Amino acid sequence: MSLWEYANPTRFMALSGKVLPWLIAGTVAALAIGLIWGFFFTPEDFRQGATVKIIYLHVPSAMLAINAWGMMLVASLIWLVRRHHVSALAARAAAPVGLVMTAVALATGAIWGQPMWGTWWVWDPRLTSFLILCLFYLGYIALWNAIEDADTAADLTAFLCLVGSVFAVLSRYAVNFWNQGLHQGASLSMDAKENVSNVFYIPLLFAIAGFILLFITLVLIRTRTEIMERRVKALKLRERMANA
Amino acid sequence: MPELGKYSVEVLSAYGVSIVLLAGIVLLSWVQARRARAELAKLEGNKNG
Repeated sequence: MSLWEYANPTRFMALSGKVLPWLIAGTVAALAIGLIWGFFFTPEDFRQGATVKIIYLHVPSAMLAINAWGMMLVASLIWLVRRHHVSALAARAAAPVGLVMTAVALATGAIWGQPMWGTWWVWDPRLTSFLILCLFYLGYIALWNAIEDADTAADLTAFLCLVGSVFAVLSRYAVNFWNQGLHQGASLSMDAKENVSNVFYIPLLFAIAGFILLFITLVLIRTRTEIMERRVKALKLRERMANA
Repeated sequence: MPELGKYSVEVLSAYGVSIVLLAGIVLLSWVQARRARAELAKLEGNKNG
């Protein structure tokens, strides 16, 4: 069986309906373990004090903010190349979730930055590219809502997604590209010396898993809603034509 | 409640803001899904009925 068969809305609804309860259970479990462990049962950092507990929100949300755009890019490319409606709807469904992740990353970053850097905000390369990514999310959602014809909206938003991908990549690698600004490098690294200590690392992994599962769950729910709303529109149109 | 020392306002506000934002998108998604399902069921009922 080909993966493309799930681009059929009926098959997609059937499969997503089966996996959603498991995804919801996994999301609740991973988030509860990661956040409760991180908030209640981890020590203070010797330099950052209790503010280190913000890491369990800031790092996963920032990762998801960037990767949500990556998922939208893949879905948009599938739409542009293969014209599968479900992929265009999945990209549309992911945007508000990505926007919320970006907002969480920006808000927690500002709250964390104030006591550590002495400022809520600075025009640092990573922070600035993240803010631009946030504006791209808003523009993407606005463009979808502004165009009545669904296929035209999917085409134009797919191109906007391609352009915005530059800022999604920049927000991830800005620290490495410019090597300046206040923001530190990656908290998670393959290099044991650069990686955060194990006492913070393991609950952080659970929090990241929870955020990933939350993102997948919400995108599936929202894609199903988009499919149902499209069906509602089609049925209403059919009713109007039958009555005319 | 863990001892948050002089950073209690920062840590609690970070968790508060995040929970509000995440709960907001969860609630919005759930309400929209419920509304769409109900409307579709009604229309499909009309079609079959």
